[in-house]
Amino acid sequence: MHEISLLESVLESLEAQAKQQGFQQVKQVVLEIGALSCVEADALRFGFSAVMKNSVAEHAELVIVKIAGQGLCPTCQQTVLLETRHDPCHHCGSFGVKVLQGQSMRIKELIVI
Amino acid sequence: MCGICGCGSSSKSKFSPLKPHHHSHDDAHSHSHAHETHGERLIRVEQDILAKNDSYADENRAYFQQHGIFALNFVSSPGAGKTTLLVATINALKNTRPIFVIEGDQQTDLDADRIRATGAAALQINTGKACHLDAHDIGHAVQTLQVADNSVLAIENVGNLVCPSSFDLGEAHKVVVLSVTEGDDKPLKYPDMFHAADLMIINKIDLLPYTNFDVARCIEFAKRINPDIEVLQLSATQEQSLGAWLEWLNQH
Repeated sequence: MHEISLLESVLESLEAQAKQQGFQQVKQVVLEIGALSCVEADALRFGFSAVMKNSVAEHAELVIVKIAGQGLCPTCQQTVLLETRHDPCHHCGSFGVKVLQGQSMRIKELIVI
Repeated sequence: MCGICGCGSSSKSKFSPLKPHHHSHDDAHSHSHAHETHGERLIRVEQDILAKNDSYADENRAYFQQHGIFALNFVSSPGAGKTTLLVATINALKNTRPIFVIEGDQQTDLDADRIRATGAAALQINTGKACHLDAHDIGHAVQTLQVADNSVLAIENVGNLVCPSSFDLGEAHKVVVLSVTEGDDKPLKYPDMFHAADLMIINKIDLLPYTNFDVARCIEFAKRINPDIEVLQLSATQEQSLGAWLEWLNQH
């Protein structure tokens, strides 16, 4: 369950933002999660309210924006959509597609009051 | 809250560093905008969730480079033979290259005791409920252990093929250890770890005749995930099989 550690990092970041930006409460947290990142969106949702309890983000809504996996085929040089890291290129069938997008785990934006 | 550097982390480790170390702070800035009504504002953060861990990892990496420390992060599932490999490596390198070991386990000092029995310095970090070591743990451990300049630092991560793949510790290489009793399809089942590793050690190779592990298939699966991964085959309990591994260490 490293999702809990990740949520604790999110919370630290929210608390730092609250000080810098002078807000009291977070209404919504938008996370951007890549399809190839090693984090499970459902596990984040499951742990979110527990980790945010008694913080600036208690009762905040969690919105997860999924980013598709994308890579470049080393053989045919075409861009490939990837659901997993070991998907072959759907143009030529080669393995070893270089991942270009979809590994990120980012705090995108917040709505605060 | 970490009482040492005030960095706000709920450090899980149970040791105290001998001297304080410096942490830089994220300077990622954000922008706020008026949003709808009721005094709500939209704040664009655009920050990596692991930014803090990564900044500690960058500090560790810079420290290792300055001091000529070659840091390796050993990852595997529990029971793949990481500790046995480290003990055998320390014994083989004795009097040639100093090795310091950081042991990560959820509970007990048993692994650090096994390392100390070889005469090498080892520090055990108990992560409690956490399933991985993080770069903040390592920064403190390096100071506590007083890792010597121009040495090898072996970090044995918590036995887990999932979580440790996300956490950069500042190491030069992640080394994934896979034993033949586990199954040759592990690279496909746990792709993130095999993607993050630079070297895969196939361990317990002496047990191959007793399993249906297909070495070529395993390597092919690992290279699907990570075409650049290097592969070594050995048995940590058979000293004569360690040659290529010791040579790899020598070359790095």
